[in-house]
Amino acid sequence: MLKYTLKRLGYAVLTLLVLITLTFFMMRMLPGDPFLGDKTVTGAALENMKAKYGLDKPVIVQYFIYLGNCVRGDLGTSITYNKDVMDIISEAFLVSADLGIRALIFAVIAGILLGMVAAVKRGSAWDSLSMFIAMIGVSVPSFIMGALFQYFLGLQLRKLLGFALFPIQGWGDFSKTILPSFALGLGSLATVSRLMRTSMLDVLNQDYIKTAKAKGLSQTKIIIRHTVRNAIMPVLTILGPTVASVLTGTFVIESIFNIPGLGKYFVMSIKDLDYTMISGTTVFYGALLILCTLVVDLLYGFIDPRVKLEG
Amino acid sequence: MEHIGRERFEYIGENAKEREAISRPSLTFMQDAMRRLVKNKVALVCGVILVLMIIASIAAPMICPFDFREQHYGHTNAPMMTVCDQQDSAGAGHVHIFGTDTLGRDMFSRVWMGGRVSLTIAIVSAIIDFFLGVLYGGISGYFGGTTDIIMMRILEIINGIPYLIIVILLMMILTPGMGTIIVAYSLVGWIPMARLVRGQVVALKEQEFISAAEALGAKPSRIIIKHLLPNTLSVVIVRITLSIPSAIFSEAYLSYVGLGVPLPMCSWGSLAQAGIENFRVYPSQLMIPAICISLTMLAFNMLGDGMRDAFDPKLRR
Repeated sequence: MLKYTLKRLGYAVLTLLVLITLTFFMMRMLPGDPFLGDKTVTGAALENMKAKYGLDKPVIVQYFIYLGNCVRGDLGTSITYNKDVMDIISEAFLVSADLGIRALIFAVIAGILLGMVAAVKRGSAWDSLSMFIAMIGVSVPSFIMGALFQYFLGLQLRKLLGFALFPIQGWGDFSKTILPSFALGLGSLATVSRLMRTSMLDVLNQDYIKTAKAKGLSQTKIIIRHTVRNAIMPVLTILGPTVASVLTGTFVIESIFNIPGLGKYFVMSIKDLDYTMISGTTVFYGALLILCTLVVDLLYGFIDPRVKLEG
Repeated sequence: MEHIGRERFEYIGENAKEREAISRPSLTFMQDAMRRLVKNKVALVCGVILVLMIIASIAAPMICPFDFREQHYGHTNAPMMTVCDQQDSAGAGHVHIFGTDTLGRDMFSRVWMGGRVSLTIAIVSAIIDFFLGVLYGGISGYFGGTTDIIMMRILEIINGIPYLIIVILLMMILTPGMGTIIVAYSLVGWIPMARLVRGQVVALKEQEFISAAEALGAKPSRIIIKHLLPNTLSVVIVRITLSIPSAIFSEAYLSYVGLGVPLPMCSWGSLAQAGIENFRVYPSQLMIPAICISLTMLAFNMLGDGMRDAFDPKLRR
């Protein structure tokens, strides 16, 4: 177990290093510079500004300074907002994380339940429903889903009911979180429910389920004790990628629903050519995703002892 | 019981040709798979939808009376099936089948122009993924040992970085355009393919026909290209079909973030993005590109599933 953990940890650190390096050098290769449009800053003032942001040193020195700062959690000062990037992130990320976690909980719990019901009652209306949701989930991009939700469940439903059941803008109350979490989670829900259904069907065909039936266990007990515990394994493996897709989905969902999260900052900083903000957000998101994958991997090795043998 | 005498039977001699004849036409693996695929109604319908989409994207902008950049200020945001009374179209009975957008451009020709861009991006990047992935996976799987370990470690590290972040970073450095999106997507899109091919090759290379080829002195490049890759082809084709929707999704996503194809070009993603801005008043401007994106992604997904069933009936559920 220790060897497995160390190996996973080593990969995570290496991946993060590659990501930071990539981000840094890509940022340097960008066309334009942050002071290009500013005609008031010239000569000595420009030199001072460059010195302030460390842009006057050789690139390789800048890289190592940057790497050191990243390790210490200092992602620099945003050029457009003139604020510490880490401060902006820690402020805005709370909102994004809130949204992401809601979407994840919705996707995982509803997905597992739907997949379970679809497998147990194979060929029933539930099975068709899960098939339908899975089809929608894989074929409609989340931002289009968000806009469709706004139109049908927001505007049209308000016309129908006379009051707004689901507000379509902003962030804060519980009612405002419903539509964005649904829109964000639907794609992952589809993946989770399909996978759960397949692996449930797999397990239900095993001999030990027949044995359990033969010795007279009730259907509920068979499903809870023997089926779900085994069937849930493959679902755990895709939790890492699911977290990734939900987090990148927040970028667009936030701008559609006008939610003041980190995704909105990221998209805006791309347009503003805000070097430090882009690299800061990238490194932060990358690190977060690598951490999530690491946790899922370790968790998986912990729950399923067979994995460790291969590590 | 009646006695049946020998004289009632006649010996007509041996017919070696007939005895050894194969009663049914022989089918290659691919023919057999195609037969199963055609039997699968859902996959067939999806295939037809895709062919129609591709034909419409190629043909519609050619026969449509409006250019996709042509603006008709007289009727902006026109509803579907509006008869055009502007410029040279006045009295000619030209119809804006899908209506017009905020700048009075004909949605019908825009949607199919967008289809050209989106489908080209998706299909070309799938083909590039195929070559890169098959090459990398084939080499890594065949040589094994240290080569395999090093190549797989590199892959694992690249795979750990969320691909949309890399694509966004790349899109910012390179000059915007269709080629850029293809390059950016292909640079990360080949990884699942490489893994898949490697897995297949590792399993295949222990089989006797490979030992036979080695014993006959075939070079590794010949073994990989002639013997190993054709045997992985069915899995690879399924994977290509399933990677196209993800390329379409990435293009749409990038357009939404503002890193899509540059103006005046349009793609399904940029049309959907423009549609989202005013769908509360003119929902059809979002609905049409959204339906195109979703239908195409769905059709490719279902076709891919159908192909997997056809190539490997054991997997069927």
